Amino acid sequence: MSFGLHRLMPRRTTVEAWLLLLPSVVLLATFAHIPIVATLIDSFYSTPRRNRPAHFVGLDNYRDMVADPIFWKALINNLIYAAGTIPAAVAIALAMALFVDSRLPGRSLLRMAYFTPTVLPMIAVANIWLFFYTPGYGLLDQIAILFGGHTTNWLGSQHTALAAVMVVAVWKEAGFFMIFYLAALQQIPPDLREAAAIEGASRFTFFRRVTWPLLMPVTLFVLVNAVINAFRTVDHIFMMTGGGPDNATNVLLFHIYEIGFKFWDQGAATALTMVLLALLGLLALAQFLFAGRKVHYQ
Amino acid sequence: MSRIEVEHLVKDFGGRAAVNDVSFSVERGALCVLLGPSGCGKSTTLRLIAGLEEPTAGRIVIDGRDITHLPSKDRRIAMVFQSYALFPHLTVAQNIVFGLEVRGVARAERDARLGKVAALVGLSEYLTRKPGQLSGGQRQRVALARAIVSEQPVCLMDEPLSNLDAKLRQEMRVEIRALQQRLGMTMIYVTHDQVEAMTMADQVILMKDGAIEQAGSPVDLYQAPATVFAARFVGAPPMNLIAAAGPEPSVVTGVRAEDMRLAPPTGNGADAEVTSIEYLGADTIVGLRRSDDGDAILVRVPGRASARIGERAALAWDPAHEHRFDRASGRRLSAFPPSTDRSPA
Repeated sequence: MSFGLHRLMPRRTTVEAWLLLLPSVVLLATFAHIPIVATLIDSFYSTPRRNRPAHFVGLDNYRDMVADPIFWKALINNLIYAAGTIPAAVAIALAMALFVDSRLPGRSLLRMAYFTPTVLPMIAVANIWLFFYTPGYGLLDQIAILFGGHTTNWLGSQHTALAAVMVVAVWKEAGFFMIFYLAALQQIPPDLREAAAIEGASRFTFFRRVTWPLLMPVTLFVLVNAVINAFRTVDHIFMMTGGGPDNATNVLLFHIYEIGFKFWDQGAATALTMVLLALLGLLALAQFLFAGRKVHYQ
Repeated sequence: MSRIEVEHLVKDFGGRAAVNDVSFSVERGALCVLLGPSGCGKSTTLRLIAGLEEPTAGRIVIDGRDITHLPSKDRRIAMVFQSYALFPHLTVAQNIVFGLEVRGVARAERDARLGKVAALVGLSEYLTRKPGQLSGGQRQRVALARAIVSEQPVCLMDEPLSNLDAKLRQEMRVEIRALQQRLGMTMIYVTHDQVEAMTMADQVILMKDGAIEQAGSPVDLYQAPATVFAARFVGAPPMNLIAAAGPEPSVVTGVRAEDMRLAPPTGNGADAEVTSIEYLGADTIVGLRRSDDGDAILVRVPGRASARIGERAALAWDPAHEHRFDRASGRRLSAFPPSTDRSPA
């Protein structure tokens, strides 16, 4: 009798737990998990045409992808984009947070100013920067001409276009990350600073030994978000360069969009998508494994 | 060991003086308690000495060295904060030697000092834990150890025991006092708890509204309070104040609870009614209310009181135990009692 009860109880609670989880499981499965699995399956099939339905091609899509120089160009561009924008955005965010966390007049105004780019839609941001970059009468050139410089086609040159769109991403993201750093800084009790000052720690030592370690959970969070954004945000590339000139600003997601929705090559696009997903998954995993161990959670 | 002199210290916060012309000195190796209610300026005074606030006026001298405008780290002080201010991501050991590391003390010496101090405060088994894994009392010990290990001649303490429970607080009072005497530290200790002041201090500085109300030994403060405020603040229960009886309406008379006796009712207007009985074990605090005024009078009766609530009794005391204060100024009128022992142990 009691044996039967023991066996019954855990099963009932398990069922209840699954029932409670059901709504979110259904939503996640419908809009995330099932599409991922479907994409994975599609990536092993050819692109369906009007008179030729999709058929199994094995790794052909992946072979074609590896043989495509534009894929490699987009991948390398994307890695440069990530390696350039992430540290810059995080460093600027931290610097701005430290600055507006200190006692200074008009700091709430400054905080708002730093945060403004975050609330603007990326499309609007791209338009603002289009104006900055416009050769001849854009803001940058007007300043350059004022000081006797010459006009530069920032977005039209293969050498500067990628850097130009990276600057826009940093400008847009730094304010967002600053908010997280600022919130975390305000969580640090002021008497830690005082105790450290009495112990003889300089401002820099205090930052290195206390503030920075205490900010690690936020840094990890910000990094994960920054990595995802570096591979996900392409709105400004649509607006500003369309991936050009000559694929100089082509990145993975933009490439996927072009293959999938301009050239309607489903097979190639699904294979690319799987590569992007795997890349993001690996990066997130690496971050948690590498940084997670060092992070002190309060 | 150091002598601390505070001269005419003033700290204004936006036009309001939190500390207003405070002067006192602390002898080498003495424990000085800054006592007072919240907002009296005692913590601000401590923070001025620590260099965490910049004084508006005045001077702070330690061992003949004017430190008024020196940064905290050059004042040769250690400090224990009310919140302990431990670094949450560092282990107990790292917390304790933080200052030594920052000041570039060699590893071998650091380890030796850490071992000694950890044993002294009973933390040897917890050195690898983080503050989050410690009880309140243990965290307090870490803060104490961090202050001791620096071997600075002056130790400042800002309400170090206020986050502990009553039993632990009593243990730590004894322990801190013993450590202070053993290590010969000059200590300034801020508290609002008059029991801590009475039990630990060589010298008590009672503050009110940013100014010193009375400075002296615990015995001075208890036996000869300089003002009505001091009389009420020091001692539990607070001193009874009896409204002017008879010829001198400008005088307030104070009598301590233990100096009062209950006598059989006389039947005249001076009798009082028992309104509360608080049994403490060794003695009982009987509260009475006189019919002619509203102030409760507390009488300490040895053992269990035979009185019952609602009974009437007369109040009696030896006139030698009266403390007389001027009603208008609140200042003491009568001379200090002759039996005061003012030499600290």
